[in-house]
Order: sequence, then structure tokens, then C-alpha cells
Amino acid sequence: MKDNCYIPSGCSISGMINESGRRFDGSSVIKSIALMHDRGNGLGGGFAAYGVYPRHAEQFAFHMMFDHIEAKEACEEYFKDRFDIVLDEEMPTRAGGAFEEETSGRYGEYGGHPITNPPILWRYFMDVPKSKTSFVSENEYIVKNVMEVNSRIDGAFVASSGKNMGAFKGVGYPEDIGVFYKLDEYKAYIWTAHGRFPTNTPGWWGGAHPFCLLDWSIVHNGEISSYGINKRYLEPHGYKLELRTDTEVIAYLFDLLVRKHNLPMEMAIKALASPFWKDIDRMPEREQRIATAIRQVYGGALLNGPFSVILGHSRGMIGFNDRIKLRPMTCARADDMLYMASEEAAIREIAPDLDRVWSPKAGTPVIGKLSEEVI
Amino acid sequence: MISEIPPEFIVKIDYEQCKRCKRCVMNCSFGCMQFKDRVIPDHKKCVACQRCVTFCPESAITITKNELSYKENANWTPEIRQNILKQAETGGMILSGMGNPRAYQILWDHLLIDACQVTNPSIDPLREPMELRTFIGRKPERLEFSADENSEIELATELGPQIKLDIPVVFAAMSYGAISFNAHKALVMAAKQSGTLMNTGEGGLHKDLYSYADNIIVQVASGRFGVHSEYLNTCVMVEIKIGQGAKPGIGGHLPGEKVGEEISKTRMIPVGTDAISPAPHHDIYSIEDLSQLIYAIKETTDYTKPVSVKISAVHNVAAIASGIVRAGADIVTIDGFRGGTGAAPMVIRDNVGIPIEVALAAVDQRLRDEGIRNNASILCAGGIRTSADMAKAIALGADAVVIGTAALVAMGCRVCQKCYTGNCAWGIATQKPELVRRLDPLVASERLSNLLRAWDLELKEILGSLGVNSIESLRGSRERLRGIGLDEMTLKILGVKPAGVGQ
Repeated sequence: MKDNCYIPSGCSISGMINESGRRFDGSSVIKSIALMHDRGNGLGGGFAAYGVYPRHAEQFAFHMMFDHIEAKEACEEYFKDRFDIVLDEEMPTRAGGAFEEETSGRYGEYGGHPITNPPILWRYFMDVPKSKTSFVSENEYIVKNVMEVNSRIDGAFVASSGKNMGAFKGVGYPEDIGVFYKLDEYKAYIWTAHGRFPTNTPGWWGGAHPFCLLDWSIVHNGEISSYGINKRYLEPHGYKLELRTDTEVIAYLFDLLVRKHNLPMEMAIKALASPFWKDIDRMPEREQRIATAIRQVYGGALLNGPFSVILGHSRGMIGFNDRIKLRPMTCARADDMLYMASEEAAIREIAPDLDRVWSPKAGTPVIGKLSEEVI
Repeated sequence: MISEIPPEFIVKIDYEQCKRCKRCVMNCSFGCMQFKDRVIPDHKKCVACQRCVTFCPESAITITKNELSYKENANWTPEIRQNILKQAETGGMILSGMGNPRAYQILWDHLLIDACQVTNPSIDPLREPMELRTFIGRKPERLEFSADENSEIELATELGPQIKLDIPVVFAAMSYGAISFNAHKALVMAAKQSGTLMNTGEGGLHKDLYSYADNIIVQVASGRFGVHSEYLNTCVMVEIKIGQGAKPGIGGHLPGEKVGEEISKTRMIPVGTDAISPAPHHDIYSIEDLSQLIYAIKETTDYTKPVSVKISAVHNVAAIASGIVRAGADIVTIDGFRGGTGAAPMVIRDNVGIPIEVALAAVDQRLRDEGIRNNASILCAGGIRTSADMAKAIALGADAVVIGTAALVAMGCRVCQKCYTGNCAWGIATQKPELVRRLDPLVASERLSNLLRAWDLELKEILGSLGVNSIESLRGSRERLRGIGLDEMTLKILGVKPAGVGQ
């Protein structure tokens, strides 16, 4: 399935962060994405959640999808030699789960679309043995192994690989996926969600959003028209773009620019959604020098085409648009909560009383930062 | 000895239309037209340069191919027989001008460009910004930032010199000597007007053009003609010419009769002496010698000018390019086997080298595989005919393309391939004052600027249809190309999927 399923997406996105680090359950994010039901077509939905595994916060949490039991065995054989597995267990799910609540946009009696035919869903909490990190960092080691599993083990797919976070995704409408994964029973300080409208139809669970690597997660509405060069730019840096979906380049670009090249987050965003030359030419000297250098050096990382993206990581959440805002995104604040969604209604649905609502300008990131420790 | 070679062309004069104004006689620089109570053409001298046809006020002249000069034969073509006859008569190498004219497969014409439909919207270049700005030069792999005392982020990495191009096309190296002063002047004026560069070629730079330094690439080739430190500093970029697509492995020869007072001063050689450019640089016999020359130039220019190394596209071009980048070049210029020349042995021009399309693809991929693609820009030369070729070259991985023949045609060249005779009727490839005068630098530069403007508009239209608004998103994006009628191996080398395959 991985080999030839490229997925241009339409989609809805929603994300929320409690900047004080207070954790809250997944029912509100489910409700928010459920309101945008019609933006998807039931071929994919998913969530990323940060802070969900406080008891295993120090281990890398691998959310795995296996097409068949042989894949699971092969993958466990692979893990055994490379990691110390602290705990492994089946992902808790509600078989045939479906969202049946009412929202402002639909009525309960419509009923949900029960989730069927999931792959084998398993999670592993693992430490990296000291002996493995003499020459590479822990993170580098994880990235390399994620790439290996995805490209080499037939039928195995790493849905997420960060610490104290996880991706919960699959084929179906997102609100039903949320119920299926029992997200109402998890607590997180950041939730992002995605409902998908692929224009062709591979019923592949791994192809749903979010795309995750280490603690990066991406939900994305749009299409990356510069995918061809972004892929070729990433490949020499050791990334294997095996998922045939444009979204994965965003996750890997952040990993390369922020983690490996150590760029400040706002500089990384300037590389991915660069200002236009006509604006750069009018900037004050220092800013102009920086913006020019970024475009000169990171041309291969420039994302082109229509997109709105929410990037999650353990310390915050960032929303940004393409350079001419060809996809919608609205943001809102209420106390220490920051919301971002494809539609304002999806925010109002769960938080009617907002301090401020705005539509960020094209290419201008909206940054939510964890100001305190997670409670 | 009277030549037995039949004429290639027949010049037909419609004597009913002809007003006997003798304009054709005055215009023909090849001595084809005689006037004896009426115009009598000597068919054997006609090169089909179209000068007389263009300037006949009565449209009374037609030039046709001499179809039955040789009996039809698919194997022994007229060209082959004509060349054998020439060699049998003279015992010499056959010279020719312009690029390889043979009917080899043109890979540009087997590549098709993608466009957006529905899921990603196309962009209207008339309504939205569409960016072609390109920077040529060595870039670091990554940037480093530091925070100053006010915790303002500051750029800590210092970039080497970067040359800004408003359109990713520069004019090819054509020397003063091979082409006229007026042609040189037209090129540099157009480069300035269009925000791009011209290249002096190996013949130095005439003092009158020094004020255009910001739009000039100066070339250093094996003969080192006209090279001195002021020359090296009157430019934005220096190019070391190792090879030329039209004649890989071959030097150059400017005959003494072309070396008049001005060329003599510019090239720093005595009037009337032949200017011979040796096949190799006599101080470069290895990659480390090349590196020395690169750094000698960088020292001379105080590291303010990027240095390009130009090579012709030969079998092992990818490895050679990699060596050049590692030797310190900031730019690699690859010249394909279609590239033009003022004069080359026909056997070399028509049989040596490889197509630019595969050479470019191989070099770009090799530099990426080795993780040094950011270390150098790639200029793609030799066979760029249209804005579509330019777009395809950029998608294959070029930072910018180089046009020589297309620029000459814009100035009036009819591609008659007689550049080496010095008789160019259009005042381009000649040093004869009465012919040079025919090319008005102002008019020619405007025609060149028009060509670039047209390509600028067309390239923006292509980007818009691809749904991207910046040239960076096309550069190297081979995913947006598809091959048609190409074999599997060629597709693999080009890194392009066959038409019909989705993403």
C-alpha cells in the first residue's frame, strides 16, 4: 500500500494548546473537528496529543500499525536488537466506535460511521540503550530507525515516535476515529486534529494525518506543489520519503531545520513560507540580510502550493499558511488557551467565549508556547 | 582549380520585379551577387544568410535548396558527399560555425511539464507575485544564528559573494573577436537592462565597456588573452573556461586578419597575429592545478567575485563537476554538445560530447548525492532554444541557463554557420568595419531585452500553471516533468517518470 498512494488532500484541521500546561481530555477536539465533518470524506482522520503518557514521559512512545502479524513479529525482532522495550501493549480501542453526539452542524440521529478493519495497533515504550549512542545522538538514532522500519519492514508503519505524545489516526471520519481510540480518556496540553478529503482513495491507515517524527506532528490542509524539490532537498540528509504523501516533507523539514540545523523556530518558518522579495526589499537592513540569506540557502525547503498547517511539538504549537493564503485558518485566544482551525465555527463550537479571534496573514506564523511546566 | 562541388543553394531573381537597385549586391558579403546590366547570382557562393532576401525592396529574391544537386541516397547524404568532395579538393579539416546541427534526439522535446487542477490551484501571474529572482554563487549548507545583547536574532554565518539575476538566463561566452564590438556592446546593454549578465568569452573586455562591470562575467581561458588584474576586477564573476560544448577538448584560433587595432589592444597581442587558444590550459594538467588557478583568481579579486568553471558535457561529466566543486569553484557551467561556436572542426562539433539534458541531470544528482549541491550553482548551456527549454532545465536542476545562439538569432543571426569566415552579413560575427556597422547596438540590445522579457513572461506563466510562485520551487523539481518516448535508462538518468504515471 505504501508504494503508490500519493494523497493530495482537501481537509479540515483544528488545534488547541493550553499554554499553562494544563491537560484536558480529547472530547473537545473531537467536537471541534466533528463540526467540520463535511470538509472530509471519511477516508482519513487523526489526532496528535502531547502530555498523554506522564508515567512513561522519559521513554520514546512508538505507536505502530501492522498490516499483519508477520509484520509485527518482524518489527519486534528489529526493535529487540535496537531498543530496551519497557512496555508494549495493544492500543486501547472501542471496536466499532462511532461519534454519536450532536454538534451545531449535525444531529445525533445521523449516527456515526463505525471504524472497521483497523490494522494491528500496538504501542511500545522504549529506551535507547547507551551503547547505541556513542556516535549519534538519541534523536538521530530514533530518526534512522523510524526510516528503516517504514522503508524496510513490509506491512509495518510508525505512526509516531516521540516522548509523552502520540498520534491516533486511521481511515474514517476524524470524530469516529477519536471515539475509536478512546481519546476522551486521555489528557493532553496540546491536541491537534485532522479530517481528510483525499482525491484518490487508498484506504491506508498510515496515510492519515498527523504525520509524526520524534515529537514533531503535522496536520495539514492543502497540497505541497513544491513536493518534488522538497523531497530531493531532504533525501541527501538521510530522510526516506516513503509515504508518498506531500505532508511528510513538512515534518522532516522541521526536523532538519530546527533540530539538526538548530535554526530558531521563526527562522525555520521564514524558510518554509518565505516573505516575497518585494517585501524583503523594503525590510530594515538586519531583517533584510537575514531573510535574503534564508532564501538563498534554503530555497529547497520553501513550501509552495496551498496549505494551512499546524505543527505540534512538546513545547508548543505553531500554525501557518502558504505565502498567498490559499487555505483557510482562523485563530482565537481565551485565557491561556490558543485555538487554530480551518473554520471559526470549529473554535466557537467548543469555546463560545473568546477574548480575541483573528485570521493570521499569509505566511505569518501563529505561535503557541508552553509557558510553564505541564500540570 | 575550379571546384566541382555543386552549389548548395539556388538564388532565384524575379527579373520582372527587380528594379536593379543593386541593394542585394551591396548587401551580400559573400560576393555572390554580380551586376552586369542586371543582377547575376553566383549560386556556389550563396550561404543562405538571407541578407539579400530581407533587404530587397521588391521581394524579388528567393533562395531555395539545390534539391537535385546530389542524387537521393539515404546513406550517402548530400552533406557527406559534399564534405568528401571538399576534402578531396583541399586535404583540409572541415570547419564550421554554430552548434551541432545533426538530427540527434532533442531530449527537451521529450519532456512535458505538469500543471495544477482542482486540489492545488494554479496561480495567475498577472494577479499574484511571481518570483524569478535567482542568486548565483556558493551557499553554505546551513545558516547559524546568534542572539545579540537585546536578544535580537542575528545572522552569524557569512555568505560568499552572490550574484543576483532578475531572470535565470545569462548570455553565453562569445569573445570580442569571434563577434563584433557592436554585438558585444548590445549584449552588455541588454544584460544591464534585463538584470542579468553577459560573458566576455576569451578575448578580453574593450575599455569602452568597463562601465558595465556589474553585468559582466569575465572569462579566463587557455590563451589568457586580455587577462590582467583590472580585467578580473571589472566584473561580478570570473569564469575559467576549460571546455566548450561545440568542441570539447579543442582549443580556439582567431586568424590574424581579424586582429585589428582594437582587438589587438583588448587581447594584448600584436596587430595581425593569430590568437591561438591551446586545447588545454598549459598550467592545468590536474584538478589540483585547477584549484590553484581558482584561488589565484580569488586572491586577485579579494574573494569578492564568485568563480565559475565551464566544462563541456562529456561522458564523465558528473564526476568532473564534483571535482570542480571540491576544487573551490562557486559555479559549474556545463555546456552541452549542441552549444555554439565561432569555428570548430566539423568532425568534433558533430560527434563529440553528450546532450546537455542528461549531463545536467547527472551533475545535479551527483552533487546532491555527495551533499555538496549547495556549494555551487549550476549554469546550463548549449542548446537552450526557448523558455520551455529553460523551464525544463531548471526543473532538472539548473540554477540558470545560458543562451548564445538564441541571443545571436535575436540580434539578427540567420544561423548560416559561416561565422568562421568573418563575412557575417549581419554585422555580428565579423570584424570588417563596413559589416560591423550594420549592427546597431541600440536596436540589437532592445531586441535582446525583448527576448528576455518574453521569456520572463512565459516562465511566469509556466510557474503559475504549476501552482508555485517562486523559481526555487521549480528548481530541481523533476517531479513536475514527465518523459514521452524515452527509454527506461534515459528516464532514470533524467530522474523523470514516464508520462501517464501519477505521483
